[in-house]
Amino acid sequence: MRDFEYEAPTSLADAVGLLAASNGTARPLAGGTDLIDHVRTGRVSADLIVDLKKIPELMVLEVNADGLRLGAAVPCYRIYEHAGILKDYSAISDSSNIIGGMQIQNRASVGGNLANAGAAADSTPALIALSATVVITGPSGTREIPVDEFCTGPGQNVLEAGEVIVELRFPPRPAHSGSHYRRFIPRNEMDIAVVGVGASVVLDESGENFESVRIGLGAVAAKPFYAQEASEILAGQPVNDETIKKAGAAARAAISPITDMRGTEEFRNHVTGVLTERVIKKTVERARG
Amino acid sequence: MAKKRIVTATINGREEEFLCEPRQTLLEILRGPLDLTGAKEGCSNGNCGACSVLIEGRAINSCMVLAVEADGANIETIEGLAPGDGLDPLQEAFLENAALQCGICTPGYIMAAKAFLDENPNPTEEEIRFSMAGNLCRCTGYDKIVRAIQQAAAQRAEQPASCEKETV
Repeated sequence: MRDFEYEAPTSLADAVGLLAASNGTARPLAGGTDLIDHVRTGRVSADLIVDLKKIPELMVLEVNADGLRLGAAVPCYRIYEHAGILKDYSAISDSSNIIGGMQIQNRASVGGNLANAGAAADSTPALIALSATVVITGPSGTREIPVDEFCTGPGQNVLEAGEVIVELRFPPRPAHSGSHYRRFIPRNEMDIAVVGVGASVVLDESGENFESVRIGLGAVAAKPFYAQEASEILAGQPVNDETIKKAGAAARAAISPITDMRGTEEFRNHVTGVLTERVIKKTVERARG
Repeated sequence: MAKKRIVTATINGREEEFLCEPRQTLLEILRGPLDLTGAKEGCSNGNCGACSVLIEGRAINSCMVLAVEADGANIETIEGLAPGDGLDPLQEAFLENAALQCGICTPGYIMAAKAFLDENPNPTEEEIRFSMAGNLCRCTGYDKIVRAIQQAAAQRAEQPASCEKETV
C-alpha cells in the first residue's frame, strides 16, 4: 500500500483539527472495509488516515425516549445484537446483518456505509425509511441534515473538507409501527444489492389502515433516495393488496436504474415493484406485532 | 516515509511488541515479522476470509485491518488454537470430514468457525452456511466444511471442558 501517516485521536475536536490541517488528502477511518481496499487499489489517495474509533461520540449506541443515537463508527455486529434496535428500528438490524459476512460486520459501520455514498449501500435505504438525521462536525461547527440529502451522487456526499459524520439520530418510533430492509441478490449472502428496499410504516390503532409510510430505494438510481410518491400514496389508505400494489407501481415510476453485470434496467424495474410490495407487507406484519 | 510505530498486542496469549509502518496490514505483520503464516493472503479485499483471525474473540479479515489499529488488542490466530499436544475439536473435525483439499482457506475457516461456535454453540445448517459466507473455498464445494463444523459443534456440546483453551 502507498505510504500514509496514521493518527487515532481520542477527541472529536482533535480529529477535526487533524483532518482540516492536513496538507494532503486526509481520510477518516472507521471499519476500513471500504477505505483500506480503496487505498490499496489506488481508487482513493490518502496522505493521512485518521482513525475515529477512539472518539466516544462516534461509538455511542443508545435507544431511549428521545429515539436512537447511532455513533458513526459503531460496527454492524453491535447494531444487530442490540435488542432495542431489533425491536423498534428493525430495518437497521436487517441491513447490518447482511452487509458482507461476519468478518466485515465485525468492522464495518453504518456511518461509513453512508459516507461512502455507494448507490447500492445496504444501510442507506433503511436510514431513509426511519427518517435519520445526520450529525456532521467540521472546522466550522456542527450541522444536522436529513439523511435523504446526504448523498449527492455515486461516491459523492455533502461532507466538506475536514467534516466527519458524528452520529445518526432517529426519532422515537410511534405505536403500531414497523420497518424492514430487504435486497435482491443472485447469491444468498455476501453480494451487492441489485435492488434494495427499506420501508417503515405507522398504522392506525385498528392496524387496518396506513397512517404514514416511508420508502427508501437503493441500487436503482445514482444514489439511494426517498421514494416520495410511493410513500405518500399509502397515507390514509387501507392495508390491502391493491393499495400496496399501487405503491409498488409508484416506486417503479420513481427509479432510474442502469443495466450492469448485476442486472438489466428492465429486471431492476420489475424487481423494484415486487420487492417494494413484499417489504411493505413484512413491515405491516411487524407493525401489527 | 511515515515513521514506524511500536505496537503492543496480545497474540495467542503472549504479549508481543512489533514495529510497523502505518500502511502495513495486520496480515503483513503476522506473516512477516511475527512469522505466523497460518493466516493466508487470498483476495486482499475482504471477500475470501483466508486471512481471518480473531480480535477480542471476533473474526475479522486481517488484510483489512491496519497493524497500528491492533495496538492493545487481543489477537488469536490458528497457531494458538491447538491445546498443548492435541488438536482443537474444529481441527479434528476438519480432518475427519476431509473438509479441505488445498488447505489455503482452512486456517481462516477454522478461526471464523471458532468465533461463530463460541457465540452460537448449537447452530442450524442454515446458520452455519449464512455465517460462513465470508469464507470462500474453491475445492470442497462447502458441504464437507459445513459437516465438519456441525461435528465440532456436537463434540463441543459433549465435552465442553476440552474446548476451553488454556491461557498462557
